[in-house]
Amino acid sequence: MIYRMSAALLSLTGLFVSAYLYLYKIGKIGSLACGAGGCETVQQSAWSRFAGIEVALIGLLGYAGLLAVSLAALQPNLAERRWPTTLLLVLAALGVGFTIYLTYLELFVIHAICRWCVGSAAIIISIFIVALLEHRQLSRTRSS
Amino acid sequence: MAATQAGVKRFYALFAVLALAGIGILAYLLLKPSTISIPANVTVQPADTSGFRGYIKGSSNAPIEITEFADYQCPFCQTFATLQMPTIEDRLIQSGRLRWRYRDFPLQQHPFARLAAHSAACADEQGKYWEQHQRIYESQSEWAAARDAVPLFRNYAKASGLDLGRYDACMKAGKFAGRIQASYNEGVRLGVSSTPTLLVGNRLYRGRLDSDAIIRMVDSLAPRR
Repeated sequence: MIYRMSAALLSLTGLFVSAYLYLYKIGKIGSLACGAGGCETVQQSAWSRFAGIEVALIGLLGYAGLLAVSLAALQPNLAERRWPTTLLLVLAALGVGFTIYLTYLELFVIHAICRWCVGSAAIIISIFIVALLEHRQLSRTRSS
Repeated sequence: MAATQAGVKRFYALFAVLALAGIGILAYLLLKPSTISIPANVTVQPADTSGFRGYIKGSSNAPIEITEFADYQCPFCQTFATLQMPTIEDRLIQSGRLRWRYRDFPLQQHPFARLAAHSAACADEQGKYWEQHQRIYESQSEWAAARDAVPLFRNYAKASGLDLGRYDACMKAGKFAGRIQASYNEGVRLGVSSTPTLLVGNRLYRGRLDSDAIIRMVDSLAPRR
């Protein structure tokens, strides 16, 4: 259960980070609190959209989905069920894959690093790790 | 594996604190006023206007000059800039028959009009006025609906190829507030009350003139040889 709780807290943090980046992108927030200026370069680049959708919005929706699943997984009637963890693991894996692609763009195409994007990458990797640990724990419980 | 009652309570308490903190920070950022504002009704200094007649496009030898008084946030000015101006430019300005003089006339009811005019003025300082001018008009629906248009104008400045360090300094200083006010004052003195208004000779043309009407007007004032 501790892993699912951790996933919920991490998803909530990721939700706020992506909301912040999205609000900046659509002009609702004046400036990004990011010293090196890399965030603005990344946010203003042609790569800040994926398939016509703002990347920050994709992040926002992704974290909202992870949060919904991890909160649902905490309900007593689902505590012993395995599927919420599997779903969490699949969503987090998709997030990690997308993050790897975005980090590649930052490093080798845009040549700028956004600290908030690095923060989001750390969050999604952490969610993936806790989901993996939860999955292994459930597997061991089942087999014992 | 099951969490204790106390553990669950601690989790929900921590979750609530985190949620409230996040919502609070985002609400603060959303509600805090823009860090840049261009003051209206500033006292115009001689240095604000010395040698500056407006943003000019076209030959200095063109027989006709049209002065446009416009507001970046005015939808009719936007339509005029994006739909009519390309034809006027192709048919009259590039052929040397017409010189266009653009003057800012930011209306009070448009909260970002003066800021937009200032953004374009800062682009002019780097020789990119018309690039920024066009981007601001073409993206009017985007920035006019924003809570804070400053970052969007900055995005356009970057797309226009401006040095952002110089642009930011110019915007923060409100360097051209006096120039914009002088332009507005000139419009008021001439009797401009709405946008777009065109000044041809001593006569004001209010409302929506299309490119055909302007071509006919130029043809009648300076017939082709």
